[in-house]
Amino acid sequence: MSYVIKGETGQWEVVIGLEVHAQVISKSKLFSGAPTEFGAGPNTQVSFIDAGMPGMLPVINAHAVEQAVRTGLGLKAKINQRSVFARKNYFYADLPQGYQISQYDMPIVGEGTLILDMPDGTTRAIGIERLHLEQDAGKSVHDMHPSKTFIDLNRAGVPLMEIVSKPDLRSPEEAGLYLKKLRSILRYLGTCDGNMEEGSMRCDANVSVRPVGSTELRTRCEIKNVNSVRFVMQAIEHEAMRHVDVYESGGSINQETRLYDSNKGETRPMRSKEFAHDYRYFPDPDLQPLEFDDAFVAAIKSKLPELPDDKQARFIKDYGLSAYDAGVLVAEQENALYFEEVAKGRDAKLANNWVSSNLFGVLNARGVAIGDSPVSAKNLGRLLDLIADNTLSSRMAKEVFEIMAETGNAPDAIVEERGMKQITDTGAIDAAIDQIIAQNADKVEQYRSGKEQLMGWFVGQVMKATQGKANPGVCGELLRKKLKS
Amino acid sequence: MSLDKATVRKIATLARIDVPETDLESTVQQLSGILKWIEQLAEVNTDGVAPMSGGTDLKLPWRPDAVTDGGKVDAVLANAPDAQDGFFGVPKVVE
Repeated sequence: MSYVIKGETGQWEVVIGLEVHAQVISKSKLFSGAPTEFGAGPNTQVSFIDAGMPGMLPVINAHAVEQAVRTGLGLKAKINQRSVFARKNYFYADLPQGYQISQYDMPIVGEGTLILDMPDGTTRAIGIERLHLEQDAGKSVHDMHPSKTFIDLNRAGVPLMEIVSKPDLRSPEEAGLYLKKLRSILRYLGTCDGNMEEGSMRCDANVSVRPVGSTELRTRCEIKNVNSVRFVMQAIEHEAMRHVDVYESGGSINQETRLYDSNKGETRPMRSKEFAHDYRYFPDPDLQPLEFDDAFVAAIKSKLPELPDDKQARFIKDYGLSAYDAGVLVAEQENALYFEEVAKGRDAKLANNWVSSNLFGVLNARGVAIGDSPVSAKNLGRLLDLIADNTLSSRMAKEVFEIMAETGNAPDAIVEERGMKQITDTGAIDAAIDQIIAQNADKVEQYRSGKEQLMGWFVGQVMKATQGKANPGVCGELLRKKLKS
Repeated sequence: MSLDKATVRKIATLARIDVPETDLESTVQQLSGILKWIEQLAEVNTDGVAPMSGGTDLKLPWRPDAVTDGGKVDAVLANAPDAQDGFFGVPKVVE
């Protein structure tokens, strides 16, 4: 079902392209040896190059180049063995050089593809237009002084990858899925940590609308620097509605840059300076073209990890999981690793249920990452073994799991300590059943005269009598036998 | 290629250079002269010659990803007219 805005005059389709700025994981900056660590004291991670001092020359960080190529390969994109750094000129207080070193008409990575898994089980291929390397700017602090802005250049010169999608996205939901998938791929590759709150992944959304059935591209607006997946989706929704309202009331849209106000749920124009978009790009005379050979690319390619799409396909094939279940597990590499450790040599579907529902439930409720899970993969695996060998019923297993989540203890120890072993010994269950039958002659009569739904009540009574330790399978079987006779 | 007044005025604004209206005409003449001089390069036949980034055979030097700089906030701020608490202070820039 495609996303459509119902207006007064008809139905409208939304056209979205995303530009993601992803901070490259590196120790030092793109063109200087100053560190990139987050949260250091102001201007403590600044070289004279980052501060735009005269006469300083930039030298490219080899690792940043590798990271960009690695990301390009992960996006199945064309790698350009020759690319050119250009100066993007504009004046702002946190840009000491007066220009940002970026790439313009010759980026390091060209066209690629990103696959979205839609909730209905289908997939959508979204085009990647390009990926280029550039420097980040410094940070402006506006709220420390009534008449001054304070500038911290620690971030100035930090390597960024700008990843630009084609205008292939058609709903806020697709935009959200795109961001999550891109973040997942970047994390697998180890090229960006994808942390939107700390600003190591930032998103600009280009939004326009058109009547359903039309193929024209109308004037777009760019919504800048939205800092969470949810806000990107909300901002697109509001912006698309605004366009529809403007067109339907006879107006026209101006190409402009807007900001999303998440409190008010609306976008508003940025106070833009005149000529703000006239960046006068030209090749940076301080930097020769960036060139590398096939062997450089091949070496990076040979060390790529198994990526989410491939892992998902393997989980479907090897473990018999649904595309959706596999997709949930592979979104984060650590989750997939955990699952595989639990599933190894065991019932994979059962393992998936325990990991995706029970474990993720506990982790989400507590806001804990899987790396800090109180229940280790080894212990969860043991719990599954105890279910498989009938030591625990699934109900008891849930109780044991809760204790594991509280204490971090191994399931065997918990079962031992609390005497939670399931009773499969028919003698003990027999006795309990006999007693219940003797005490409830009326119910037995009703059951025998055809009211078979009473079976559930009998099983419940036996469970109660055995403090929940009776094996429900054995219990049901014995009950049926005894009630018949 | 020759420039007109409007173009020069725009370039001056973008470059944050104050060119008084009275100097505009002479600036137009000078910049047009420079462009015309450079345009002589177009007379050279470059058919079949790949684009070059310069006249020498320099390659872009690469450096390993190692921290070799930073940690000198005092030196970085030495020329700042209004440094405070480790920051550069500038007139308020409000978005």
